Amino acid sequence: MALTGVEIFKLLPKTNCKKCGQPTCLAFAMKLAQRQASIDQCPDVSEEAKQKLGEASAPPIRPITLGTGARAVKIGEETVLFRHEKKFVNPCAISVKISDNLSQADAGKVIAGIMESEIDRVGQKLRVDAAFLSNDSGDASKLAALASLVASKAPELPVIISTTSPDAAEAALKPFAGKNAVLYGANKDNLEAMAQKAKDAKAALAIAASSLDEAAELTEKAKAIVPDLIMDSGARKAGEMLRDNTYVRRAAIKKGFKPLGYPVINFVGRGDSMLETVVAVLSVTKYASIIVLDHLEKWQSLALFSLRQNIYTDPQVPMQVQQNIYKVGDPGPKAPFLITTNFSLTYFIVSGEVENSKVPCRLAVLDSEGLSVLTAWAAGKFTASKIAQFIKESGIEAEIENKELIIPGYVAILSGAIEDKLEGWKITVGPREANGLPAFLKSRA
Amino acid sequence: MSFAPPKETWSGKTFEITIGNGAKAVKIGGENVFSFHGFEGNYPNRPVIAYEVQDIPPDDWPQMVKDVYAGVSADPVTWAKHCVEKLGAKAIALRLAGTHPDKGDISADQAAETVKKVSSAVDVPLIILGSNHAEKDSVVLVKAAEAAKGTNALLGKAQEANYKTIVAAALANDLKLIAMSELDINLSKQLNILITQMGFDKERLVTDPMSSALSYGLEYTYSVMERIKLAALAQNDAVLQGPMLADVGMYVWKVKETQALEADLPQWGNLKDRGVAWEAVTTTSLLVAGTNLAIMRHPDAVAAVEKFIAEMEG
Ligand code: B12
Ligand code: SF4
Repeated sequence: MALTGVEIFKLLPKTNCKKCGQPTCLAFAMKLAQRQASIDQCPDVSEEAKQKLGEASAPPIRPITLGTGARAVKIGEETVLFRHEKKFVNPCAISVKISDNLSQADAGKVIAGIMESEIDRVGQKLRVDAAFLSNDSGDASKLAALASLVASKAPELPVIISTTSPDAAEAALKPFAGKNAVLYGANKDNLEAMAQKAKDAKAALAIAASSLDEAAELTEKAKAIVPDLIMDSGARKAGEMLRDNTYVRRAAIKKGFKPLGYPVINFVGRGDSMLETVVAVLSVTKYASIIVLDHLEKWQSLALFSLRQNIYTDPQVPMQVQQNIYKVGDPGPKAPFLITTNFSLTYFIVSGEVENSKVPCRLAVLDSEGLSVLTAWAAGKFTASKIAQFIKESGIEAEIENKELIIPGYVAILSGAIEDKLEGWKITVGPREANGLPAFLKSRA
Repeated sequence: MSFAPPKETWSGKTFEITIGNGAKAVKIGGENVFSFHGFEGNYPNRPVIAYEVQDIPPDDWPQMVKDVYAGVSADPVTWAKHCVEKLGAKAIALRLAGTHPDKGDISADQAAETVKKVSSAVDVPLIILGSNHAEKDSVVLVKAAEAAKGTNALLGKAQEANYKTIVAAALANDLKLIAMSELDINLSKQLNILITQMGFDKERLVTDPMSSALSYGLEYTYSVMERIKLAALAQNDAVLQGPMLADVGMYVWKVKETQALEADLPQWGNLKDRGVAWEAVTTTSLLVAGTNLAIMRHPDAVAAVEKFIAEMEG
């Protein structure tokens, strides 16, 4: 829980020596409270005060990184309950279960599926983030064999090792030493041994509790051995997950309750992959940091990646694409030339429809601060002069033969003004809705 | 260690609205907590899913949804009965799509005829929707409302451009009313105020903050809904205490993800499941955000959402 300026002031030396650059200790305390200064700037502060301040300024939900290198993902560190208050910080990691009962060939297929899951969406690369290696067999050697298979086939892939046996954990973690793996399965009976194994492999430890009470108890015990903790409250039904995830998020953020200030893992596996998908919706929207799926269907990944992307965008800053003239297909000098705004949704829909038309085109995307066509027009970010300036400066005139620009139907009103400002150009008003584009473009071809 | 769950109870609550008459009438709203938060407060009514039925054949729906209704969709009465009797629909949303000037321009009188036939053919509550052409709706919905007098149906949608006649029609025929504005909590509030100033009881009003499909602006609808629910509960803002509607199917079944063939986009997986998932995921996330009543098209998507609701309760 963040401290107030006055609370911080009480912890300072109160000498007003100015060495921190502030006129008084109180002024410095106020800066600290607003996070505009760092405690290290006061040379005389006591160790005890430092520690108290450090604890208070730590994020309410501990950040944890899974994996290393290009596929590493960070989870936790959330600060709010509702996305309209402030951007949700670290998108939940999606993981897929691989049972150690599977044959090497079948396990290999799941690993390959995970590695091929990457989809490019609105400029972001989305993919299954981790593999969840499950010791369903109860046999330590089978889990170890699966672990080495994953390590050899997908050395970059973050893993979560699931077992309740410390010995099985040790063997399975070996290929991932120093690679920020997660060990899942610490319970009240094996806690210390599991924590030690996680520590030895420099892995995070995931608690498998049967209630929030127990989760809080176990994290308090485990944190002395491993600081990076993740929690499963034992909730399995969607309604229970909503309840527990909500309590955890509130307790950590609103009450500063440290024992639950860790990322949450949810298990949504269901025999029916469609039901599994909708249950995962609950986890994506309501506060899970790791989601474990049983299935790995392409349509399922696409839907869940898209949802995660929607929920984790910044509500203040619409997703944007870069101002540029994009080519769709392989447009020649006579290909149609269109313009739109840089709101990613607008770009996404329009470029999709241009693609559908199978007519190669050039698509100019004007920086309109991420606003849709009408919103940008209403806000003065998609005006005749901005459009004319962009076209002139883009150098496109040298590249094309027909100086004709197709504008969105909703801003037909701009056509005269653009013609006035862009000498020698013809402005054509396109359809209002992008789904009219294929017919429109084909009829001109 | 004993952990005291940080429960949140609110002073405000949403209005409970009944739609329809008799044994199959449905109740929505009435909660003093966020959706599915029965663990900390009063959440008396599970969300209701209505099946969408149109007055004209669904020619512009994707093939996979058209196929589901092949053989019944040529006639709205047969179609509605199929949804109720075969699919177990708890409510029917009858969209008078054919009244749109570009889609046949069916007259208001003819539309009213359709409303009459459908409402006497099914015993579940009816939601009566125009074609979303503001001008035409203000004529069509007046006649439709007369035809639905006494059914306690839900009429919509009243928008800023046409609310006056539609509100008057709902008032005169004792119907419930949907007020829709475009993805802005202040616009919703303003429209609801205008409507109540006409003497329409706010306890009979359903708010539609406008839906959007997964990946096509869903986050806007999601957050506007959360904000409206928060205003209703935490700020006890009576104007925003109506239950919320999500008209999902019409947004979902026109996006590329519900149409593109797997042959063209193999990394997107099979179209059948993808389309169903798109509608089910969109609806589910909006239920979590605060929707009390959703309108959907594909029975498999409805089934998935109903299973989700059951898991949330049990
Ligand atoms: C979401 C939204 C917002 C969001 C912004 C979202 C964003 N990133 O742009 C917020 C809440 C911030 C917002 C703010 C405002 N908004 Co606003 N907003 C909307 C809303 C509901 C949806 C816009 C949207 O996302 N559309 C989806 C995208 C994909 O549509 P699009 O860009 O137009 O693209 C389509 C077509 O134009 C076409 N197309 C696009 N490019 C091209 C190119 C070619 C060549 C062709 C042929 C076709 C084509 O294809 C696309 C799909 O069919 C609309 C209402 C509505 N239903 O449209 C109002 C709307 C656009 N907003 C409006 C207004 C007035 C504003 C504000 C000025 C004030 C206000 N009412 O809040 C502010 C201005 C913001 C600012 N910064 O100053 C008005 C505009 C009225 C007008 N005609 O001038 C609208 C129409 C609402 C209304 N009826 O009042 N808004
Ligand atoms: S350096 Fe420390 S002791 Fe000196 S004024 Fe700043 S806060 Fe106070």
